[in-house]
Amino acid sequence: MAWVNAVIQGILTGGLYALFACGLSLLFGVMKVVNLAHGDLATVAGYVGVGVVAAFHLPFLWSVPVVVLAMAVLGYVLQRSVIQAALSRGELTTLIVTFGLSIVIENGLLQFFTSDSRGLAVGDSFTTASFSIGSQITIAWLDVYIFILAVVVLLALQYFLSGSKYGRLIRAVADDREAAQLSGANYRHVFGIAAAIAFGTVALAGMSYGLTTTIDPTTGTDTILLFAFAAVVIGGLGSLWGTLLGGIVLGVAQQIGAQINIGYEQLGGYVIFLLVLVVWPQGLTGRRAQS
Amino acid sequence: MSEPNGPGLRAAGPLLEVRDLVVHHGQLKALSGISLAVYPGEVYAIIGANGAGKSTLLRTIAGLHQPTEGTVSYEGRDITRVRPDKRATAGIGMVPEGRRLFPSLSLEENLKVGATYARKGPWTIERVFDLFPWMKERRGQKTAQMSGGEQQSVAIGRALVANPRVLLLDELSLGLAPVIVQRIYAMLPQVLESGVTVLLVEQDVSQALRVATRLQCMLEGRTTLEGTPAEVTRDQVEAAYFGVTDGSNH
Repeated sequence: MAWVNAVIQGILTGGLYALFACGLSLLFGVMKVVNLAHGDLATVAGYVGVGVVAAFHLPFLWSVPVVVLAMAVLGYVLQRSVIQAALSRGELTTLIVTFGLSIVIENGLLQFFTSDSRGLAVGDSFTTASFSIGSQITIAWLDVYIFILAVVVLLALQYFLSGSKYGRLIRAVADDREAAQLSGANYRHVFGIAAAIAFGTVALAGMSYGLTTTIDPTTGTDTILLFAFAAVVIGGLGSLWGTLLGGIVLGVAQQIGAQINIGYEQLGGYVIFLLVLVVWPQGLTGRRAQS
Repeated sequence: MSEPNGPGLRAAGPLLEVRDLVVHHGQLKALSGISLAVYPGEVYAIIGANGAGKSTLLRTIAGLHQPTEGTVSYEGRDITRVRPDKRATAGIGMVPEGRRLFPSLSLEENLKVGATYARKGPWTIERVFDLFPWMKERRGQKTAQMSGGEQQSVAIGRALVANPRVLLLDELSLGLAPVIVQRIYAMLPQVLESGVTVLLVEQDVSQALRVATRLQCMLEGRTTLEGTPAEVTRDQVEAAYFGVTDGSNH
């Protein structure tokens, strides 16, 4: 029963990892930007969520759209300014620039919020409510909500990318930037929209994380970024549903590691990560790159 | 082909004009002072061997290269510093060399991208399906599985649905069997009839001579011959194409 519990908890955690990973995957898939500040931006969203709730006395659920929208605008602005400037100087430059962003954000958070850990205070009933299956399996409703949120976000992203005008343009620009320009598309604007969406998903992920556990200024790079990368690599680059599969595989591996020995939680995740890299370097859903 | 560029159209001034264009690829000088004027209703052909700078010229007109010297004007306005997407929405359409379709999009989605920023005009996705009837059945397919000729047709359709005033065609015949090339060029009369002016680049000289109302031959980034197909002789074209200068042509 304990093993079944580990698998269930792992799957539910996978939803959170997918939320982290889908924005990272989108940014890389569309503009080949490896955003090293991705985890820190999630942390920022968590902190802003805390701040918005405290400052405006808004109920938590009302602060969600505010923070998501604010992060989306930030994403568009950052893409059109700093990240685009880096892209124009070569794809590797974006690594240095987003690494720099990450350091700036972390130190900014330390300055404003100190290094104390914080959680999003939403009232106990929401964060601690749970239900039991049998005597050994207890499932937190919050984990279920976050998993459902992840699936809804992925469905919405898929619907947007395949069915809408801007979704089509994003895929076209990702395929061939010059050809898209010849069709009249301003690829910088399209990149900005893709970044806005990615930042919106990272805001959801950061706030979800802030509900399940506490965050501090270094959570972004120490935990979130690594898990997001692992989920993307396991699932396969550029595949939306791959991020969910990757997140689930990572989550289950961590829980099984923890079941073997409580100290093996991280180890379990990284063993699977390395195994996938060796056996399926394209990821579980990835196809070989087309020549 | 009839003579569409009568004195009336000429009086209106050129639709597209290139003056003394110099373009570098790094250290290499790809164009050294090219000039041309394309009038409404014309089919202007640029012929020349590989590496003559034909594609560079079209790409510079579309805005994908910045010239080091010279100007590009469209509808009498200097557009030398205008972004490629703004040129496209202003009515300069292009079918790029190698087709450059969006491989992860279906045929119909490729056309929809072309129509996203379309100007007002006669061309719609439905009308492209009329021009290439096979497309309707296969609209949902990815273009990567299609033959070279089919992909070229999709690329033409994608440019047409934007309703360009002038259409730049870069090496339509590249890598295609002669019979397929014939079939693709068969769409040209309908395109011209809809009021589109064409500037095309071809390595296939006889194909270019068949459709052009005016032509220019390029060699190593320079103009070596200009005129209407009726004005130039086969020997002149040959000499201009290969750069043979034995003096007998002048």
